[in-house]
Amino acid sequence: MTGTVFENAIEATRLVKTYGDVRALDGLDLEVEAGTVFGLLGPNGAGKSTTVKILTTLSRPDSGSARVAGQDVLAEPVRVRHAIGVVGQKHGGDPDATGRENLVLQGELYGISGAGLKRRVAESLERFGLADAADRQVKTWSGGMQRRLDVALGLLHQPQVLFLDEPTTGLDPEARAGMWAEIERLAREERMTILLTTHYLEEADRLAARLAIVDRGRIVARGTPDELKGELAGDTIQVELADHDGVAARGALERVEGIADVLVDGRTLRARARDGGAAIPGVLAALEARGVRAASVTLARPSLDDVYLRYAGRTFEHAEAQA
Amino acid sequence: MTTAARQTWQVSLRYLRALLRQPAFVVITLVQPVIWLLLFGALFESVTEIPGFGGGSYVDFLTPGIVVMLAVSSAGWTGMAFIDDMDRGVMDRMLVSPAWRGALNLGNVAQAVLSVVIQTVVIVLLALALGADYANGVGGVLVLILVAALLAAAFASLSNGLAVLARQRETLIGAVSLVLLPLTFLSSALMQPSLAPGWIRAIATVNPVNWASDAARSAAMGSFDWGLVAGRVGLLVALVVLCAGFATRAFGVYQRSL
Repeated sequence: MTGTVFENAIEATRLVKTYGDVRALDGLDLEVEAGTVFGLLGPNGAGKSTTVKILTTLSRPDSGSARVAGQDVLAEPVRVRHAIGVVGQKHGGDPDATGRENLVLQGELYGISGAGLKRRVAESLERFGLADAADRQVKTWSGGMQRRLDVALGLLHQPQVLFLDEPTTGLDPEARAGMWAEIERLAREERMTILLTTHYLEEADRLAARLAIVDRGRIVARGTPDELKGELAGDTIQVELADHDGVAARGALERVEGIADVLVDGRTLRARARDGGAAIPGVLAALEARGVRAASVTLARPSLDDVYLRYAGRTFEHAEAQA
Repeated sequence: MTTAARQTWQVSLRYLRALLRQPAFVVITLVQPVIWLLLFGALFESVTEIPGFGGGSYVDFLTPGIVVMLAVSSAGWTGMAFIDDMDRGVMDRMLVSPAWRGALNLGNVAQAVLSVVIQTVVIVLLALALGADYANGVGGVLVLILVAALLAAAFASLSNGLAVLARQRETLIGAVSLVLLPLTFLSSALMQPSLAPGWIRAIATVNPVNWASDAARSAAMGSFDWGLVAGRVGLLVALVVLCAGFATRAFGVYQRSL
């Protein structure tokens, strides 16, 4: 590889991909600056994995174009493949082979061999804490170890851009914390460009320097986690209704001073307030005046969940359930 | 070694190791030829006495037929490993690597061919113990093994290509089961062609299993007919190339559907 300097490690323009009648990507645009961790956040079925499949040359878009590490994914797929590492949603390791055999084959597939490969495999096993189990079949390993092997496989050829498709889905909390620490280390020490997809809001908040929210095959919002949360000035008031009279309650709330963006989602009402603490008495009074009973009223600083709600017009859980 | 050859070798090592780690499978692979030769041998013992068959030893007649039949049926299942790889993330991981697509197919084919060669050797030795007369000596037997290997290579690629396109165990099992016996019966593997009806003889001329069984029998057991053997081997080589091309291209079709 030449040491070409490019500002954006990933650029995707108006990607469209349909599966039968389903429009998985509907004109998705994406830019990821080199050397940063970028989070692609969205519920299942939003189009995150389809985006990753196209950017990693596994699949092709119906229309649109994309460049990864300075190379066109459609015109120069082999060059892109040399430059990227991919950790897919499913385990990529061969369960019947040992950890070491998996890594050696991976190196050979990328054209690395001989003593250099042997050394790299040993280093990789050491670094990911897999050295003791290296010569056991992968199917005897724990889920967390198998996930670490997936990352080790993705990094073995020292890629410029790493794709992590839901790296912590299905991991227990301890393994998840370990994975987060590893991703933070890669970003900090190796300045690697990482595209991370996740449907965990907290994961995107913690790891991604910038993120984009994907909904129904499009990017609906982008920015740093703080920027996105900052757009939602003030606090979030959440009211759980005891009955289903959401519409009447909405009307009541909208008339309260200092309350904006009232959204109804089932029996939950959400609204933004410049000063949540000051607004609550008014909210309670307005609900009582309409005869609507509130089961609970909570107040929170804006989270990415609220950002998602604002841009996608539905809550995260709701979108997941629809997917 | 070129990168392509290295990659093919490394991929085949992976499938070979997986095979060797299932002792039951290894035992079945070795026992199967024994059962087939003994079973078919017992059943067809008097086949050479049918008027018009031409006489001779039943072991001599059946050995090349069993070799060919076993080569097709063993190689036919090669694609099952690909379906496992697709169900897991292994196939996608290999496909996002810059590895030569041909190596992904040929590595698996090499494993299938090696199994068939070992099975063929078992049959050859067992038949020898049963009194088979290899009229053309070691040379003839080597051609017999070559023919089995080529036939296995073609059907292994075909199986891989089908597996990648169908992506479902059931479809592959159905396809293999559907073609296996007709291919065998529409050939000279188990029956003298002169005794088969004309339409079967007509179909047999385009049946690769028949090409293989004609060549194998002539090379190992009969009067070595150079023209026939070279012609059939040529056809089989062409088929191997064609099927390997099909399997390699199937990856592209699979990726477009993702």
